[in-house]
Amino acid sequence: MNYLTFVGAILRSQTGAWAWLLHRITGVGVLLFLLAHIIDTALIGLGPDAYEHALNLYRMPFFKLGEIALVFAVVYHSVNGVRVILVDFWDAGTKYHKQLFWASVAGTAVLFLPVAAIMASRLF
Amino acid sequence: MSIVTNAYANRARPQTSFEVYSWFFMRVSGVVLLIMVLGHVAIMHVINSVDTINYYWVADRLATPFWRTYDWIVLVLALLHGMNGMRWVVDDHVRSRGWHAVSLAALWVIAFIFLALGSLVLFTFTPVPRPA
Repeated sequence: MNYLTFVGAILRSQTGAWAWLLHRITGVGVLLFLLAHIIDTALIGLGPDAYEHALNLYRMPFFKLGEIALVFAVVYHSVNGVRVILVDFWDAGTKYHKQLFWASVAGTAVLFLPVAAIMASRLF
Repeated sequence: MSIVTNAYANRARPQTSFEVYSWFFMRVSGVVLLIMVLGHVAIMHVINSVDTINYYWVADRLATPFWRTYDWIVLVLALLHGMNGMRWVVDDHVRSRGWHAVSLAALWVIAFIFLALGSLVLFTFTPVPRPA
C-alpha cells in the first residue's frame, strides 16, 4: 500500500480524519501567510511609501479574496483546535467525538460566515 | 504493521520529555493565540480593513507599548506554535533521514530569522513624522 492509498484509507475511516487533514492544511496555510506578513510589516521600517506599496498589493481583489480564505483558515484552525483540546482533556470527549465534530463545523460557520459577508461587501 | 513509516520509525523510546512539553505548549499557546489572533483579525480585517489601514494608522497604534507588546507576544507564540506544527508535519511526511534533517534545520533557520526580523521591527520602529 503506498502512502496516498494509506492516507485515503484513513480519510474514509474516521469522522475526524477530514478535520485532522483540514487542520493541518489551514495550519500550514496560516504559517505561510504569517511569514509573508512579517516581511510586509517589516517594510514600515523603510518608510510610508514602501508600506503603501505592499498594502496596495493587498487591496487588489485577488488578494482580498485571499484575505477571506485566510480568515476561514484562522477560524477553522482555532475552532477545530478547541475540539482537539476538548477531546484531549475532557473525559467524555472521546464519547461525544462525533457531536464535537459537528459542533465545530457549526462553530466555524457561525464565526466565519458573517465575517465573510462583511468582507465580501468590501470586495469592489 | 509498519505500512507507514516516518523518520521516527524503529527508534528507541525517547529519553527526554521534549515531546510531552511540546504537546502541552501547542494547546496552551493555542488557547492564548485563539483569543489574541481573533482579536487581531477582528481589528485589522473586520472593524478596519486594508482600505483604511496605512502607514500612519500603524504608526499611531505602535506609539503605545501595549500594542507593540501585544503584537510581539502574538509573533513569538504564533511562530513557535506554527513551527512546532510544521515540525510534526515534517516528521510525518518526510521519510528519508537526510531530507528530514535538512527540513528540520531549515525550520530552525526560518524560525530564527523571522523571529529576529519581527522583533527588530516591533522594538525599533520609529515613525517618520507626518507631513505638515
